[in-house]
Amino acid sequence: MIAAFLRKLAVELALPLILLTLLYLLSASSTNFYFPPLSAVLEKFNALWLGKRFFSDVIPSFQRLMAGYLLACLLGVVLGILIGSHAALRRAVEPVLEFFRAIPPVAMIPLLIMSMGFGDAMKITIIVAGAIWPILLNTVEGVKGVDSVLDETCRTYQIKGMARLWHFILPAASPHIVVGMRLGLSIGIVLMVISEMFAALDGLGSAIIYFQRSYEIPQMWSGVLMLGLFGFALSMAFRLFERLVLGWYYGMRNLERRD
Amino acid sequence: MDDLAPVVSVDHLNKVYESKERRVEAIGDLSFDVRHGDFTCIVGPSGAGKTTLLKCLSGLLAPTRGSIRVNGHEVTSPPEEMAIVFQEYGRSLFPWKTVRENVELPLRERGIAKDKRRAMVDAALDAVALSDAGNSYPWQLSGGMQQRVAIARAVAYQPKVMVLDEPFAAVDAQTRADLEDLMLRLWSELDLTVIFVTHDIDEAVYLGQRVLVLSSSPTRILDDVRVDIPGPRTQAQTRIEPEFAALRTRVYRGIQAAKASKAPQG
Amino acid sequence: MAAGHEVVGAGRSAAPTATALDAQAIVRWLGGAAGVLVLAALWEAAPRVGLINRNFFPPLSVVLQQLATLVTTAEFWGFVASTARTWALGLVIATVAGIVAGLFIGLVPEARTYTHSTIEFLRPIPSVALIPGVILLFGSRYQSGVVLITYAAFWQVLLQMLYGLNDIDSVARDTSRSFRFSRLGFIRHVAWPTLLPFLFTGVRLAAAMALVLAVTAEMVIGSQGIGRGIVVAQASNATPEAYAYVLVAGLMGVAINMAARVLERHLLKWHPSVRNAGGP
Repeated sequence: MIAAFLRKLAVELALPLILLTLLYLLSASSTNFYFPPLSAVLEKFNALWLGKRFFSDVIPSFQRLMAGYLLACLLGVVLGILIGSHAALRRAVEPVLEFFRAIPPVAMIPLLIMSMGFGDAMKITIIVAGAIWPILLNTVEGVKGVDSVLDETCRTYQIKGMARLWHFILPAASPHIVVGMRLGLSIGIVLMVISEMFAALDGLGSAIIYFQRSYEIPQMWSGVLMLGLFGFALSMAFRLFERLVLGWYYGMRNLERRD
Repeated sequence: MDDLAPVVSVDHLNKVYESKERRVEAIGDLSFDVRHGDFTCIVGPSGAGKTTLLKCLSGLLAPTRGSIRVNGHEVTSPPEEMAIVFQEYGRSLFPWKTVRENVELPLRERGIAKDKRRAMVDAALDAVALSDAGNSYPWQLSGGMQQRVAIARAVAYQPKVMVLDEPFAAVDAQTRADLEDLMLRLWSELDLTVIFVTHDIDEAVYLGQRVLVLSSSPTRILDDVRVDIPGPRTQAQTRIEPEFAALRTRVYRGIQAAKASKAPQG
Repeated sequence: MAAGHEVVGAGRSAAPTATALDAQAIVRWLGGAAGVLVLAALWEAAPRVGLINRNFFPPLSVVLQQLATLVTTAEFWGFVASTARTWALGLVIATVAGIVAGLFIGLVPEARTYTHSTIEFLRPIPSVALIPGVILLFGSRYQSGVVLITYAAFWQVLLQMLYGLNDIDSVARDTSRSFRFSRLGFIRHVAWPTLLPFLFTGVRLAAAMALVLAVTAEMVIGSQGIGRGIVVAQASNATPEAYAYVLVAGLMGVAINMAARVLERHLLKWHPSVRNAGGP
């Protein structure tokens, strides 16, 4: 049992370790100002991001992201359910949504800065404005496609209103919704960083751009590394969430696939 | 309670589907009553509007003319006193809920207290011999077991009328026999009123006290057969009784006639 | 995990069976048109009435006027062309790289297990993390945008390819054994038809993402293009012009989406086995 686990671990880590070692060795003798040795970057990483800057930059970024992202999830799901449940509304709204979703949210940043200033409100707004689309559209898709037999079942057993929403519509649409949420998270992270690069006093994005502008290159790369880990950690957290919410769905699909 | 008043009363039911291309009169004129404690089977050739009848009965579809009354009240939306067991058992159970939660849900919505609910669910699962499957998910069970969960849910609901829509059509023959006997047992033990729609003539005669034979669309009642077979119904014995064969033949002939007189569809 | 807003079911061609106008299609179209009209009316009225500050949010007519003027300038079309070039280059490179990588991982035995962890680690890294590096390498030349797009779009295409490969596994198990295909026959009759819808979904999603990234790169890095137009207009307080550019970006996105859908429907119409593309 343990041997099998170790073997699996070895396979999982083999390629990453090889790549990292290669990178370390190849860059060790680098004299290029813009691409310093990996060792230098790691040293700065240790000094900066495992210390004070974690609290002064990473945490504020995270808070902004969560505020915008969770708001986007709430609005996206609620509106998605509303729109998805009424065919007429959906028909009217669909082209409008298609248009809005095609606008790069980044494009709105300068305009939002004008009306909202440089503060957190602007950043949270831009995160919502970008992250909401996949959540909303996927929710509509999920609500649209609920099973008709299950719907009839609810009707005959007098399951209506909020109960119908909670026990039937939401779970039925959840595979779609979760995918939308995953996309929304990626978009949220991108917008968090960019909005901070544009206008912020703290945060991951602003730190990275600050280092870049002051030509503190190893520090800059360490910030990039931090950003990568940040994204990775959130991705793992999301996986856990997904497994919790969609456990039944994966079980069902696995069985189907075996047939 | 007046035992003679019908539980379900179908009065000159007529249903027409109108679309831009054609007008289909699925049900022409149907009238029948179902009394408390009856086991009524409904058979007909395919296209006989069995599904339409069922949807009208269960309040999922509004009739064009005529009315349906359940327990004296006219049916305009799914009546509370009725429980339906659908043919597609896989799609009528919530895959994100366990078997127990599935059976429990309608009771929760009724506002029944937790302890009483638990007891009712236990009893229902017991009745269909699925006491061990309470914590499984429906998709982990076989087809026959899933249908039994759907039946348990209907039973726990304690309806005045249980309506089953070709419930055993998608199940293998051996399982079907077991499920038929389960239905008979539940019917007698729990004093249910059952309306059982099927395309299987043998099944209809085996299960029912009364078999309504439907014509092709526009559907009417071709025959109303009283099933008088001596002795308790068993798979081994009943099906070889001469009365069974005679009734079966009568129903079969009715359906053949229905198919032959079927008006050419546009 | 699959991406895009049409996940479970993406790639399933819901082609209309009748292309002739019928009542249902007209109603649907009218409904959509009504929605757009309502939006346009709101956009026009709200700033004029004072619901929204006119300076930050000019009425639609003003923006459209500005757009009409812009369309006559060479600079505008220069921007559009730049953005389009960045978009196209990034998309093409990403698609080719995605297909190659996907095929490699799918066909070389054991490759999938060994690359799995690396893919899972690199995937969530936001493309914006590359911005500093790209600035250093290319400055504000269009290549910066291309690199950003290529990175992000590559993952989209690769992921969809991997889903497709998963699907091939199950199909292969069923069909190949009964038909005993040669290697080439397998690729032609099993692998390729199964992969195609997935590949198309990947490219479609990548195309949308590529446009967003192109504009983003232009805005943040300063390369020539629509994004730069927005930034410059906003910096010189020419708000209607900024909105005009935003409108153009949105319209380009809509156009790309529609073109992709039409192409997909057309390419996959004759496709014998259109499966559900995407999926966890």
